[in-house]
Amino acid sequence: MKMHGWGRYPEVDAEVFTPQTKREVQELLGRLQGQGVTPRGLGRSYGDSSLGDRMLSTRWMNHLLSFDPESGVLYAEAAVSLQEILQTFVPKGWFLPVTPGTQFVTVGGAIASDVHGKNHHVAGCFCDHVEYLDLITGPDTILRCSPVENPELFHATCGGMGLTGIVYAAAIRLKPVTSAYIDQTTHKASNLREILELFAVHEAEPYSVAWIDCISTGSSLGRSLLMTGDHTRQEKLTVKAGSGLSLPVDMPSALLNRHTIRAFNTLYYHRIRERVVRSHTHYGPFFYPLDSIGDWNRMYGGNGFTQYQFVVPKAAGYPAMKAILETIAGSGKGSFLAVLKAFGKQNRNLLSFPMEGYTLALDFKIEPELFPLLDRLDSMVLDYGGRIYLTKDARMSEATFRRCYPVWEQFQAIREANGLKGRFTSLQSKRTGLD
Amino acid sequence: MQKILIIGATSAIAEATARLYAAEGAKLYLIARNDERLQLLAGDLKVRGASSVETALLDVNDIAAHQGVLDRACASLGSFDIVLLAHGTLGDQKRCEEEVDAALQELQTNAVSTIALLTTLANMMEKQSSGTIAVISSVAGDRGRPSNYVYGTAKAAVTTFCEGLRARMHKHGVQVLTIKPGMVDTPMTEGMDLPKLLLARPEMIAADIIKAVRKKKDTLYTPLPWKFVMAGIIHLPERIFKQLNL
Ligand SMILES: Cc1cc2nc3c(=O)[nH]c(=O)nc-3n(C[C@H](O)[C@H](O)[C@H](O)COP(=O)(O)OP(=O)(O)OC[C@H]3O[C@@H](n4cnc5c(N)ncnc54)[C@H](O)[C@@H]3O)c2cc1C
Ligand SMILES: NC(=O)c1ccc[n+]([C@@H]2O[C@H](COP(=O)([O-])OP(=O)(O)OC[C@H]3O[C@@H](n4cnc5c(N)ncnc54)[C@H](OP(=O)(O)O)[C@@H]3O)[C@@H](O)[C@H]2O)c1
Repeated sequence: MKMHGWGRYPEVDAEVFTPQTKREVQELLGRLQGQGVTPRGLGRSYGDSSLGDRMLSTRWMNHLLSFDPESGVLYAEAAVSLQEILQTFVPKGWFLPVTPGTQFVTVGGAIASDVHGKNHHVAGCFCDHVEYLDLITGPDTILRCSPVENPELFHATCGGMGLTGIVYAAAIRLKPVTSAYIDQTTHKASNLREILELFAVHEAEPYSVAWIDCISTGSSLGRSLLMTGDHTRQEKLTVKAGSGLSLPVDMPSALLNRHTIRAFNTLYYHRIRERVVRSHTHYGPFFYPLDSIGDWNRMYGGNGFTQYQFVVPKAAGYPAMKAILETIAGSGKGSFLAVLKAFGKQNRNLLSFPMEGYTLALDFKIEPELFPLLDRLDSMVLDYGGRIYLTKDARMSEATFRRCYPVWEQFQAIREANGLKGRFTSLQSKRTGLD
Repeated sequence: MQKILIIGATSAIAEATARLYAAEGAKLYLIARNDERLQLLAGDLKVRGASSVETALLDVNDIAAHQGVLDRACASLGSFDIVLLAHGTLGDQKRCEEEVDAALQELQTNAVSTIALLTTLANMMEKQSSGTIAVISSVAGDRGRPSNYVYGTAKAAVTTFCEGLRARMHKHGVQVLTIKPGMVDTPMTEGMDLPKLLLARPEMIAADIIKAVRKKKDTLYTPLPWKFVMAGIIHLPERIFKQLNL
């Protein structure tokens, strides 16, 4: 079957297995006799992390196993989606401790990428809220892993891109909320320096993220809208948004080129006239603005697209971001929505992406001229001591990977010690020299 | 609090339906043949808010066991507000053409077992004079197609049986709902090369089923466009239909 990630690049012809229980997963691993298999959740990773010749879709392992209303700990099978969790638990007054920008991801995928959200600076990554997980490593082994039980495997699996086994289930600590609504404030920044200052000023806000214009240059370089927010106090625990889906639903669907992108960026920036605007919005449009547009990934045409997300350390700060943004703006290849965020401290998970500093994510349509540009950005990011997010990546080189994740040897040693190398693999792990 | 019996409860469509009822606080009695998955589902429904979940194992082709299992379900729930029959297999049509046993097995699982279950259930429901019997048939029963006519034959039998049963039960205040899904993305259709756009998600079917039960409908095409597609297909003259390789 033809399979691809969210960026629709690359595409592979894969054999896809769909076991319905952990026992069926183990039987399958037995039958495969060590031939590599790639775990697959909802395929929201952009590149080739979830792709391989043999893919194991977790899709039918989607049951809630237990919930403790005292502690808020939910124990669920790996294919339960974040959407499912919200739909079930928001009415009971619980929310996800960390959520990425789409709710169409599985618990397994969120763990494998150790995803972050708008609250990384205060709440860390998804796996920082995982009490324990059950990892299927072979036909006869399921290991409970946590920071205290099999800790090495735990820290390798969190952010380990599926290369240490199949996460069968996990226990996640949900967080109590009194409302499904968010009080949101939008701040306008006319350039890069202003937006970085705004992040510092608002660092106590639980949620913050900025949309940044990656096309404008000169004195407007890095003009942005910073969105901050917190759960509303008033009690209203409805799951469906009432009204008023916010941008960016109005994206032009016509061909993307530098003119349409520039126009969109300008419009988006100017949709807010005052420097500070407050609003009250449902969690849906606040956290998942793109989820209401089905299959928006088709917008980039038949060749697909890639998302480039990097982080540079806080110390490198303004000069690093300025140099990289200038390179992007100069290329004229930026995307509709580039997202900027200030990360908090790094955690102990070996291949986890976030480090304290600034992260920028932007989409690029796949075209031959793109790859030299991304190689150039890679070397800038690396020289500033930063790294690139594996779950978005489809093209980084082995050398780049090793510099991004200098503890890769430790990761590899854990895989080897547990007989996982080669058994769990992906196109990405081959490209980056792990398999 | 609705009291709901589901046979073939581990079917993806039945699971999705059970989850919606669980969120409303229903009391559920689940029957299926795979204990591991049955227990997973039972746990899931409890977390979602079911007030109670009981389970029983049954291979629907073990007809002799029907009465006992259904009696126990009835004793446990007290009475049935809703009974959903969801078991089924989409056998290999090619094999059914080559081996008589394969064809008969398909008819057994998809028609004979269902008719047997319905016969027993109808008598139980007739006595209580209330409730709903909802049966998952298929659009495949609306017309015999070369790609799946053995399965289609079984579903046609179920549809016709339900039609008669409906008229009988109507006098007793029991609703009989025939559910005819189009193509649904479930383990049954896994690996088949079906156009993504035509594949409905089980959750959509579940929401339609719940609505049709509530509205006391007789027949449900789900998703709705299949109603019009099948109206067209039913009315195609045979001389044209036989040339199409549907
Ligand atoms: C619109 C959009 C917005 C996003 N926003 C963010 C964001 O804000 N922050 C962020 O961090 N990410 C973000 N992402 C990326 C996304 O959260 C991750 O790629 C996530 O891992 C996808 O989960 P999935 O279930 O789709 O997994 P897949 O894409 O199917 O797989 C992702 C990785 O997880 C592995 N995997 C999946 N399931 C298992 C399992 N059960 N056991 C072991 N390994 C497994 C796969 O092998 C693969 O390496 C966004 C993606 C989209 C499309
Ligand atoms: N999917 C579609 O496109 C589609 C379209 C129209 C109608 N339908 C009908 O919808 C219903 C539900 O199917 P589904 O799509 O949800 O597929 P599914 O998930 O494969 O469900 C079928 C269920 O039937 C059970 N079953 C099969 N033989 C059985 C037996 N002898 N005894 C007990 N249980 C048995 C299976 O149990 P095991 O898993 O343990 O084998 C499984 O739980 C079926 O009646 C099907 O014919 C489906």
